[in-house]
Amino acid sequence: MSLINSPAELEEFRKNVLSKRDPNKPCITLCSGSACNASGSLEVAAAIEEEIQKQGLSADVDIRRTGCHGFCERGPIVVIHPEEICYFNIVPKDVPEIVSETIKEKRVVERLLYTDPSTNEKIIHESEIPFYKYQERIVFGFNSKIDPKNIEDYLAIGGYAALAKALTGMTADQVLQEVKKANLRGRGGGGFPAGNKWEGSRNAPGDIKYVIVNADEGDPGAYMDRSVLEGNPHSVLEGLTIGAFAVGAHEGYIYVRQEYPLAVENVHMAIKKAEEHGFLGKNILGSGFDFKVIVHQGAGAFVCGESTALMTALEGRAGEPRPKYVRSNVVGLWGRPSVLNNVETWANVPLIINKGADWFTQIGTETSKGTKIFSLVGKITNTGLVEVPMGTPLKDIIFKIGGGIPGGKKFKAVQTGGPSGGCIPEDQLDLPVGFDELTAAGSMMGSGGMIVMDEDTCMVDVARYFLDFLTDESCGKCVPCREGMRQMLKILTNITQGKGKEGDIELLEQLSETAIEAALCALGKSSPNPFLSTLKYFREEYEAHVKEKRCPALSCKELIAFYIDPEKCKACMTCAKKCPSNAIISAKNQIHIVDQEKCTKCGTCFEVCPPKFRAVTKISGEPVPPPIPEEARTIVRESKQK
Amino acid sequence: MDNDRIDQIIDKHHGEPSYLIQVLLDIQSEHHWLPREALERVAERLQVPLTRIQHIATFYKAFSLVPKGRHEIHICVGTACHVRGAPRVLDAAEELTGIKPGETDLDLKFSLQTVNCLGCCALGPVLEIDGKTHGKMSPGQMADVLKNYE
Repeated sequence: MSLINSPAELEEFRKNVLSKRDPNKPCITLCSGSACNASGSLEVAAAIEEEIQKQGLSADVDIRRTGCHGFCERGPIVVIHPEEICYFNIVPKDVPEIVSETIKEKRVVERLLYTDPSTNEKIIHESEIPFYKYQERIVFGFNSKIDPKNIEDYLAIGGYAALAKALTGMTADQVLQEVKKANLRGRGGGGFPAGNKWEGSRNAPGDIKYVIVNADEGDPGAYMDRSVLEGNPHSVLEGLTIGAFAVGAHEGYIYVRQEYPLAVENVHMAIKKAEEHGFLGKNILGSGFDFKVIVHQGAGAFVCGESTALMTALEGRAGEPRPKYVRSNVVGLWGRPSVLNNVETWANVPLIINKGADWFTQIGTETSKGTKIFSLVGKITNTGLVEVPMGTPLKDIIFKIGGGIPGGKKFKAVQTGGPSGGCIPEDQLDLPVGFDELTAAGSMMGSGGMIVMDEDTCMVDVARYFLDFLTDESCGKCVPCREGMRQMLKILTNITQGKGKEGDIELLEQLSETAIEAALCALGKSSPNPFLSTLKYFREEYEAHVKEKRCPALSCKELIAFYIDPEKCKACMTCAKKCPSNAIISAKNQIHIVDQEKCTKCGTCFEVCPPKFRAVTKISGEPVPPPIPEEARTIVRESKQK
Repeated sequence: MDNDRIDQIIDKHHGEPSYLIQVLLDIQSEHHWLPREALERVAERLQVPLTRIQHIATFYKAFSLVPKGRHEIHICVGTACHVRGAPRVLDAAEELTGIKPGETDLDLKFSLQTVNCLGCCALGPVLEIDGKTHGKMSPGQMADVLKNYE
């Protein structure tokens, strides 16, 4: 491969790539993101290759293994082009039928299609499925069209055109102004305007500057950055290079979690390919601009998502934050101006350069422009990654796209913004998503995690969970975070264990205030958020735990007991066989009893009791009824009476 | 792990002290833990004090200063898995293996660890053993999964 030395050569190369592609040639795309791989995508890929070969179609069919499509609930996902027929939950044994029916005979395999749960209709095309229909996937949509390991796929969809435009058709200042005008706000947490950050670095003294991709996505339940980096690494590299040009940096870093092996692999491959084609390296596209990118893997520390901590980690030290009297875009990595943005923010940059700030600002709300990718998880029917314009009401995301709560349960709250965010209750579901709107509601945008909770989720336990997470991740440098959080966790744990005392809630409020005022970095300052927002909207749950020793959601282990309703138990022995601690007193035709002494409250009996009986119940805040006397336990079955 | 292999890893990272974490990660992923001799070698080659290496090795979660079991159980306790019942799955694993998160059993059979999100939230609660994912876990299934490992 010879280097591409000018925008004209790039267009020539692109034409060449496109001319080799026949849009009518059948192509099987298979989602091969980490989530689908975990659901068996690797086996499906092997089966497709084998079947295509077996049926002698190797020359007539393309197979493309793409990144994440977002609809993780239904993975692995197969899409057949050019008809765009979508098949879901594919297992290897479905493959022969797909190949012989759809590829050869051009017939749709009905049973593999998506069934609309409300109408029971089968849907063939992606764009008609509610999960996709209400999204606007300007950043994430390319994932399903390209093989991340193949740079030609990225070029075929117009890749690196923005880079060519920026490097040869614009000045660094014009690029900067365009991004500022677009009001692109950081998608990683704080929502700080990227253009201002860049400008600060550009104007900062010093010849050596850095640009950095924050791919240390540590929020539990959030994986959009991983999916973008895995599925479309070139878009991130292109954005980063444009940013470097605007700022005047010649070296860039990608700090990616070591827990994301596929992202690490794909980004390494993308850098190599980009270097081979001349999109990275010396004199990029003949513009005279030099830029190289280095990948560093994070070793597992949530606090390293914080900008100054991340830069310390890049220097090869323990990732502890420092006070930000001087921002890191002025004094950052190795004491030099460093622009840090997260994966999704960088991936937006080529779009802004290509289509212009005016196009970008049409999407979104007054203060939050563009789209945002959310990871919609928890008690939700359609788990997955969704990209919607800023300003979309939460209700639409959860019910129209997410399909609501499974199992006929009732929605309780949605937690946004990761461990530092907060919970939003049902009566606020009309809230449009945006940086400022979510903050006003007591939560935050964060990186875009959206965890849906139903009536079975205990809000006190959720607050305890996040405090536990943050206590574990606190680097220990400042006292309000290190000690204050530990105390908060202790009190919350006591409350969930039925050891709460009068005054606990007030004490927690005081500790929260101290942390907000005095902690060093955003991790500590925002650590009381999960507590404060759940207290704001679900105070009665806290009070039930403290005063009545009752868990209204029937979730806190120490506050509940499992009880078998003697009226409903049919002595089927299922629970007794499955109970891991032999805590079910049972015999054939004898109504079963839970031995409360032995019960570890694992809930297995509750899960396995056949739905037609539903004899196992959870009790909280009241004593367990005494077991029925032995002589009354015998069940006389009707069939035996005859 | 012998010194030649450690030297190779260090050379791959150009012997730069700023690559210290990357060097330790490579050693950890090959050897599954960081023996003291290895750390001493790294300290000597990169000219970094051993105390700083220990600081890093204890600060980041990826590193272990003790040997790991033959099978590494990772139980996801990310938020999505948590609300779907991960704590009960973890309880079952603790009960069956007799160890707590962060520990390894005496036979060096299992090491148990909690992780904060494996990013397959659709499959939650999720458990990963030696890189293989087991989705939609319930406490009752734990024994069936673990008995496949020797």
